[in-house]
Amino acid sequence: MSNELVPMDDSIAPAHAPRSTDINPKAEKRAEQQIAILFGLSGLGSLLLIYSYVFVTKDVFIFIPVMGNQNAQQLGIGIGMAMSLFFLGMAAIHWAKTLMSDVEVVNHRHEFRSSDEDRDAFVKTVKTGAAAAGLGRRKLIKRSLGAAIGLFALPPVLLLRDLGPLPKKQLETTNWKAGTRLLTDPGNRPILASDLEVGAVVQVLPAVEHEDERPLSDIAKDPVLLIRLREQDFQLNPEKLAMTHDGIIAFSKICSHMGCAVALYEQQTKHLLCPCHQSTFDVPRGAKVIFGPAARPLPQLDITVDAEGYLIARAAFSEPVGPSFWERNSQ
Amino acid sequence: MTPVEKTIGKVANFADERLGAAGWVKKSLNKVFPDHWSFMLGEVCMYSFVILLLSGTFLTFWFDPSQRDVIYNGVYEPLKGLKMSAAYASTLDISFEVRGGLLMRQIHHWAANIFMAAIVAHLLRVFFTGAFRKPREFNWILGILLLTLGLVEGLFGYSLPDDLLSGTGLRITSAIIQALPVVGTYISFFLFGGAFPGTGFIPRIFTLHILIIPGIFLAVITIHVMLVWYQKHTQFPGVGRTEKNVVGHPILPVYMAKAGGFFFVVFGVIAFLSAVASINPIWLYGPYTPGQISAGSQPDWYMGWLDGLVRMAPPLETHAFGHTVSWNILIPALIVPGIVFTGMALYPFIESWITGDKREHHLLDRPRNVPNRTALGVMSITFVMVALINGGNDILATNFHLSINQIMWFSRIGIFVLPPIAFVITKRLCLSLQRADRDLLLHGSETGRLLRLPHGEFVEVHEPISAEKAFLLQSHEQPLALEISEVDSRGVRRPGALKNKVQRRLSKAHAVSVPKVSEQELKEIEHH
Repeated sequence: MSNELVPMDDSIAPAHAPRSTDINPKAEKRAEQQIAILFGLSGLGSLLLIYSYVFVTKDVFIFIPVMGNQNAQQLGIGIGMAMSLFFLGMAAIHWAKTLMSDVEVVNHRHEFRSSDEDRDAFVKTVKTGAAAAGLGRRKLIKRSLGAAIGLFALPPVLLLRDLGPLPKKQLETTNWKAGTRLLTDPGNRPILASDLEVGAVVQVLPAVEHEDERPLSDIAKDPVLLIRLREQDFQLNPEKLAMTHDGIIAFSKICSHMGCAVALYEQQTKHLLCPCHQSTFDVPRGAKVIFGPAARPLPQLDITVDAEGYLIARAAFSEPVGPSFWERNSQ
Repeated sequence: MTPVEKTIGKVANFADERLGAAGWVKKSLNKVFPDHWSFMLGEVCMYSFVILLLSGTFLTFWFDPSQRDVIYNGVYEPLKGLKMSAAYASTLDISFEVRGGLLMRQIHHWAANIFMAAIVAHLLRVFFTGAFRKPREFNWILGILLLTLGLVEGLFGYSLPDDLLSGTGLRITSAIIQALPVVGTYISFFLFGGAFPGTGFIPRIFTLHILIIPGIFLAVITIHVMLVWYQKHTQFPGVGRTEKNVVGHPILPVYMAKAGGFFFVVFGVIAFLSAVASINPIWLYGPYTPGQISAGSQPDWYMGWLDGLVRMAPPLETHAFGHTVSWNILIPALIVPGIVFTGMALYPFIESWITGDKREHHLLDRPRNVPNRTALGVMSITFVMVALINGGNDILATNFHLSINQIMWFSRIGIFVLPPIAFVITKRLCLSLQRADRDLLLHGSETGRLLRLPHGEFVEVHEPISAEKAFLLQSHEQPLALEISEVDSRGVRRPGALKNKVQRRLSKAHAVSVPKVSEQELKEIEHH
């Protein structure tokens, strides 16, 4: 199946050319000195490391062109370590290349396939062993063994059950309820509708009992962005328009794609952009996805004001916030 | 006998009387390793792994893998008084209060990046030279396993400091887990110990990152290297090198000195990088809170292509029967990488099926002599590069003042269009190079000297190439396409018609080459 050439004669290989260190004692001496210098540089590096560790204090900074201000201790330890290692290695390699033999030698390969006798003997051994165990004959043992092994696999999985609680409704719910006040984040102050000028963006969290001790798992689903537009800018259906208040529209800040914080708001285009995967949401059209991998708009929070004029949620989110999951019912 | 020799002799005698190892050690010390620069790539992988073990152990002495809240009271002024996890606070302490701590963190991070880069470079070397062929398929698969493990280990590693950037990475990880149909939500709650970010993930991935995965790494690397040892290294073709021998330097002393020295060189270079080049300055990002994010969030480079695939995915979700399936996550984050890695692992068997070649191979191929394989490799690289470019689309857009939407559309189209183009161009380049080899062999190399002949014609003088080079240019095989007929010897149609057709087509494509110089042609030239 191939037009294999007859291997050429080895005699066409050029004779092994000696290096200058092989024939010239001066060159040999020089190589020896070079190796010694390399070992010496390595030693210097180690000393630099020790000196920087022991004698240079942490607060000394030195200016180095291009790199700017550098912490002298870290830099000294680092450069010292680099020198000590690098030159040690270079010395060994230079030694091997100049002074150790460079004559190539040949090993022979063995074929990996075992000899036929060995293979036959192997088959025989296995067969004898299997026959001695009698697994083929003893159906009862074979079946019960299978069942036992099958059951044996379950406990290790079961033992991992207590790694965490069951999801229950945690992904579907947030701390937003009807009447929950919107508090600034950071600051935890309630907001008057008049606090927001047109074009303003504010991040808010729901009022809860212990506002300073919100667990991170709440901060992973509660953040809401308030954006104030001119009322005529909205292109919403009446239902969604009713969820805004005085030009203020509220969206979950947690991306409907993979849950990153949708933090970039561009005032001119009124687009919200998620920095993770560039899903782009059009605010006037109810955070409709206009670009990127997100498949759903950001959930909109229904807001209004309470008797004192502070912004509150009129209802909880009507759909789960954040990334999709199997149990999410999107109907 | 000198006193030193006497002592060594005594120790060796003591050991050998108990282990009987003299024969084996002697054989091992005479082991021959062929020399080629590209054989160092695997060494870089192994050495950076050792560096990772050393620097990682150093970091564990101070790192506190806990998500318990603490108030930072260390020396870094901008973060003083802030609530953060103990993991983040202890990473700050390692960076600012442990002498050499920042250096070690940077060594660990640089070594991880170089480890992954070296694995990829090593993989490409093995692929393009055909070193994965029989009998080395096991080692190829182990290599793919190491690459995959490296991705996971790297992700866990840079997630441990619990800073704003790594927390964002974990948020994405949790979303990928959640996207798994049926079991996703449960697995996510179990792994994180509750709703994201939970309190369990960092301590758990810490155990995996410093114990379980390095343990698996160590075991697999050991087998990987032992197989190289046992099967002996492949070698490039050349005079005196055959499928039956291995030509190179013996372990003692040349290879040992070179390879041992090279470990220190790799370590030295990584230490130098870590001394002068900042990597992952977590104090600038701040502690993780899910409500915030920094613009330009980027994973480490080896995860960048996966992130790029996720970014370019179309907004596809299926909502049916009260359930949601996120194709925009499943396809780019799990299905496509699954196909890529499975395909890579199986490639040696696929190629052997195409060529029908079941022999052992110890001589490496020059990439040009196997155009189909080389083209497939470049095609895959192109695919990953387009994905990687899209993974950095925000950075590219801001640095080069481009539109992020245009980069995204370029990638969405390019991921389908560019790899096949790369395949065709590479294959043609390979064939051109084969043609150039043929010319070189037949006409010698150009000298640049012009001669004017008596009748006025100008010719360029060509010099014959050395016998060594001539051998190299014609020592390779040119396998013919498999002949698979649709009917058997009795004229009956063979089963598996489609399979046969596919195999015949692929085999034909694989065997395309420029015919090399035959012996007859060579003889004719000699008579000139």
